[in-house]
Amino acid sequence: MARFVIRRLLQSAVVLLGVTLVVFLLLQLVPGDPVRVALGTRFDPQTYEALRARAGLDQPLVVQYFDYLRRALTGDLGVSFRSGRPVTAIVLERLPATLSLAVTAVVFAMAIAFPLGIVSAIRSGSLVDHAARVFSQFGVSVPDFWMGIMGILLFSGVLGWLPPSGYVALTEDPGRWASHVALPAATVGLVTASILTRFIRSSMLEVLSEDYVRTAEAKGLRTRVVVLRHVLRNALIPVVTVVAVQLASLLGGVIVIEVLFAWPGIGRLTYDAVAARDYPVLQGAVLLVAALFLLVNLLVDILYARLDPRITVK
Amino acid sequence: MKPVLAVEDLTVTIGTRRGPAHAVAGVDWAVQPGETLALVGESGSGKSMSVLAATGLAPRTARVTGRVHLLGTELTGLGQDRRRRLRGRHIGFVFQDPMTSLNPVLTVGRQVTEAAEEHLGLTRRAARSRAVELLEMVGIPSAGQRVDAYPHQFSGGMRQRVVIAMALACEPDLLIADEPTTALDVTTQAQIVELVADLQRRLGTAVVWITHDLGVVAGIADTVAVMYAGRILEQGPVDAVFGTPSHPYTEALLAARPDPAAGGAELVTIAGAPPSPLDLPAGCAFWPRCPVRGDARCEHELPPLVPVSAGHQVRTFYPQPTDGERR
Repeated sequence: MARFVIRRLLQSAVVLLGVTLVVFLLLQLVPGDPVRVALGTRFDPQTYEALRARAGLDQPLVVQYFDYLRRALTGDLGVSFRSGRPVTAIVLERLPATLSLAVTAVVFAMAIAFPLGIVSAIRSGSLVDHAARVFSQFGVSVPDFWMGIMGILLFSGVLGWLPPSGYVALTEDPGRWASHVALPAATVGLVTASILTRFIRSSMLEVLSEDYVRTAEAKGLRTRVVVLRHVLRNALIPVVTVVAVQLASLLGGVIVIEVLFAWPGIGRLTYDAVAARDYPVLQGAVLLVAALFLLVNLLVDILYARLDPRITVK
Repeated sequence: MKPVLAVEDLTVTIGTRRGPAHAVAGVDWAVQPGETLALVGESGSGKSMSVLAATGLAPRTARVTGRVHLLGTELTGLGQDRRRRLRGRHIGFVFQDPMTSLNPVLTVGRQVTEAAEEHLGLTRRAARSRAVELLEMVGIPSAGQRVDAYPHQFSGGMRQRVVIAMALACEPDLLIADEPTTALDVTTQAQIVELVADLQRRLGTAVVWITHDLGVVAGIADTVAVMYAGRILEQGPVDAVFGTPSHPYTEALLAARPDPAAGGAELVTIAGAPPSPLDLPAGCAFWPRCPVRGDARCEHELPPLVPVSAGHQVRTFYPQPTDGERR
């Protein structure tokens, strides 16, 4: 197990190296000169050259890249063109907002999708099943920003129960954090719940037709035991992947939702960095997202081995 | 003596897109305590379906009518929950394919004693030592360690032994073996047949053995029922049915058995195919393939089951002469 984790971490490092290279090269292709943008109306040739030299932008690309890499290894991802603050700090301070939104959204989604998916599979063709299908069709086809706007109109505009936007850190005031996270998490979570419900339903249906489920019924076990012990556990194996992919993509920041709800997460940061051509920040954000993706994948592989004894981690 | 399990006039109709399929079209059979009843017939003849329906395991789309008695208790009017309590406790099941009938994510020990935990209220600890006992009983080597292994760590034959241990966990009165050797290789088949016969002697369990292997039937069964297109065509003590088959179908089946002594001789077959359960004929279902061919009565009128000797019944207008010489 420990060897498996170490090997996977080493592999992840290689992937991250690739990510830095791709992002670095892509940014060279983007039109527009960040130093010009940073200077704006204060532009004059001397300051321009001086600033370029200070950022190392006058060096050859290869030198720039290795320079970046060398400093990245020590945790220094450069400084923001816009604010002059270290990128590492900027990116990390956005992490709690994104993390708390993503986790809340996924928990919310699972709380809806598991009961709904399980019941609609066991009672397939019933009213609950049809309702679940309408719900998930709705969730995947209606755009999330529209749902978000409707949510704001209803819950903060008409009812006045929740703040329309903004962020309070969980560590600062859990109660106010909860009231702020509710709307964006529900908006994002509803989409995830729709996808998950469909997936859980079809996975359950597939397992329900397995011979070993008939064996369990032949033993005279209660329906609850058959469903929870025999069906659900097997049905979970493919579902875990979907949950993980959803979680990972939410950790990458839900740009539209974060912008809509003024949520200061990674998505919002990426959006602002692109708008301001703040390349160091953009690079840092992408790197962090890639690292989170790899981490979630590693956790999924470990979880797989726990769920399915046929898989061993070596 | 009261039969362990008896069905009377059992029918199973399954709703399909192309109309109702008559999987079982009126069947009577009974298993006496400690005895073995063999249900034989081609695939789709209704042998498995009659047993599944009798024990409440028919698919949800099936409509079941008729009477079922388990140890003298009428099951027909019982609710799902009461029937569930009888399954596993009084009836154990061994299914066809041991590769798919075990849950891949639970240890074999857990699966073997699940029924005992449910019906006999065994604690997890007691269940574990019971599991070891049961695995030893079915001949699994080093059962003490294997109890914590998962199904994929066993061979097909060993898995079928696990399934048998599982079926016997509550010491049921009846064991239902639904083609338990079909998916196994020939050497393993013989071992499994031997194992079940041996356990039956030791535990006094009655067995319903569903098969199309007539060789197995001759070796282990007390009584046999030959099924065709959802009905029983001939039933009785195995010696009577096999010794003096009275239905042309039984006779043809016995003639179609491969004979190793005949070497490379061509296999005897029965021409044609059974009728579709969606469209059962009004008369004898075997008539179109029957070598005797009878007359218009066979085509239009269902022959009744008539006795030919003690306990030996046959469903035909033209029972074959029972000279006892013809084998």
